[in-house]
Amino acid sequence: MADSAGVLVLAETEGGALSPTAAELVTAGLEVAAGLGLPLSVAMAGSDVEATVQEAASLGAQRVYAVEDGILSTDKPELLLEAWAQICRQTNPAVVLIARTTAGRDLAPRLAARLGVGLAQDCLEVKVDEDSGRMIAHRPVYGGNAMAAVVCNGTPQMACIRPKAYEPCEPDDSRTAEVVSLSITLDESMARVKLVERVAEESEGVRLESAKIVVAGGRGLGSPEPFKDLEVIAGLLGAGIGASRAAVDAGWVPPSWQIGLTGKTITPDLYITVAISGASQHMAGCSGSKVIVAVNKDAEANIFKEARYGVVGDWEKVMPSFTETLRELLS
Amino acid sequence: MPLNIFVLAKQVIDPEMPRSAFQVDRENRRVVTPPTLPPVVNGFDENAVEAALRIKDSEPAEITVISMGQSFALDVMKKPLSMGADSLVLLQDDAFDNTVDSFAVARALTAAIQKIGPFDLIIAGRQASDWDNAQVPLAVAELLGLPSVTIGKKVEVGDGRVTVERQMPDGTEIVESPMPALVTVSNELGQPRYPTLRGIMAATRKQPVVWSLEDLGLDGEQLEPQVETVDLYVPVTEADCEFIEGEDDADAGRLLALKLREAKLV
Repeated sequence: MADSAGVLVLAETEGGALSPTAAELVTAGLEVAAGLGLPLSVAMAGSDVEATVQEAASLGAQRVYAVEDGILSTDKPELLLEAWAQICRQTNPAVVLIARTTAGRDLAPRLAARLGVGLAQDCLEVKVDEDSGRMIAHRPVYGGNAMAAVVCNGTPQMACIRPKAYEPCEPDDSRTAEVVSLSITLDESMARVKLVERVAEESEGVRLESAKIVVAGGRGLGSPEPFKDLEVIAGLLGAGIGASRAAVDAGWVPPSWQIGLTGKTITPDLYITVAISGASQHMAGCSGSKVIVAVNKDAEANIFKEARYGVVGDWEKVMPSFTETLRELLS
Repeated sequence: MPLNIFVLAKQVIDPEMPRSAFQVDRENRRVVTPPTLPPVVNGFDENAVEAALRIKDSEPAEITVISMGQSFALDVMKKPLSMGADSLVLLQDDAFDNTVDSFAVARALTAAIQKIGPFDLIIAGRQASDWDNAQVPLAVAELLGLPSVTIGKKVEVGDGRVTVERQMPDGTEIVESPMPALVTVSNELGQPRYPTLRGIMAATRKQPVVWSLEDLGLDGEQLEPQVETVDLYVPVTEADCEFIEGEDDADAGRLLALKLREAKLV
């Protein structure tokens, strides 16, 4: 068995490169590693991980574990799960960090159960308690109405970290790491769930997750038509367009537009909300916005508690003149 | 042979309650609500009941709803029965309090599932609206060695397999798994059906099976939390909203655009 991995980041890979969340996990991991006085390791498992080794080293990993196996693929998450479990068993980490991506949020609970330990799910912050020498994770609960600080009792302590909760660390190509190859055993029969078909939704606009400006509408719009007006604004600003869950559940806009706890997480510089009340489940997906603008007829709406600029008024009257003024300013 | 479907459902504090009713008892690390506020079946778990009923709409199936907690509002937990589920198993024990973590819950549920008997499919909501962990169903699948598929918006069975259409961030994917399997579903599945009068009458006559920790052959030690909550608090938000006012709403819209320009945001 190799020495302990210390703080181990289980990084996802995409097309032979590290996923963007890996650099965020390294930022979190370096803080925890410093607090525990342990090294930081990054592990990747995939069908083509050669190029990711130097990537991980340049992010600041002291040790890099690379597992390459041709049968690993993103279409077969059960194989990646077993690969991660074997990596953990062989490297003896004190702490394991995983990103709460679409894949990570499913893999992490099963990995924890497979290793017989607990998991702090959907964390915004992880830090080391000096007295106990244990990692404490802070996570939103009750739809974001409250925050819980939780401690995992077993070893490894495991946390699944919300994307964009940490800034990605800056790579430096002059950094080097000790590279350890691990040998693991996988076989095709472990992949019971099979992908049949993947259907990408037609999206003409700007990608919500990376948009600098986002415009979104909520239940108060009352029907699908007003979203056309929001699309005009989005077009003027080069913005992405989104919605609250209420608007999606009403069938006014596609599910891929949903921002919030069970939808997308956005971190734009400017987020313009129209007729969104700002329930905590919605705010969970947009609280990383730099400036929130709210138009809502209810002065008591929760959205105004987090907004920088607000208009209390009827969107049907506010938005046309807002749009026209924008058009003039930007022409 | 009818399909045997188990649905995992949790009783939670109503997430639609007025914000003013939401209070955190920091000392005891729990959320307190006014006694007049009735609990509800977790919304995603109602989607799970609906998913099971849609299968039962097209072929013979037996739906057993399983829930775990310290105490239950029976009229609330009977809602799945009045929607059309066949039976209700309540795991009720003082040990199943709020400090029990996901892994321990999964252990107790797993013990109950094994006690009830063979099944083809377990369906659960993607996460509970209280602790938002999205862990219990996956841990149950792991403990039972089952394949799992999450965030289904459509669940269909046939030829010993379950086919699930999943909501992904930028589209959908369709996956297939042999049964027995565990599937979690999300709100994209669509509105759960309303109980019919006949369903409500039938549910009144049905009594839940109630099992304690001991009935499950478990002891308190096996429920020791792997994850402990050491603090529970309300996050502080900065309330520094600048309200833009004009002569009327239209004027406020114009001024808002000018303000965003002035702040170099557009």
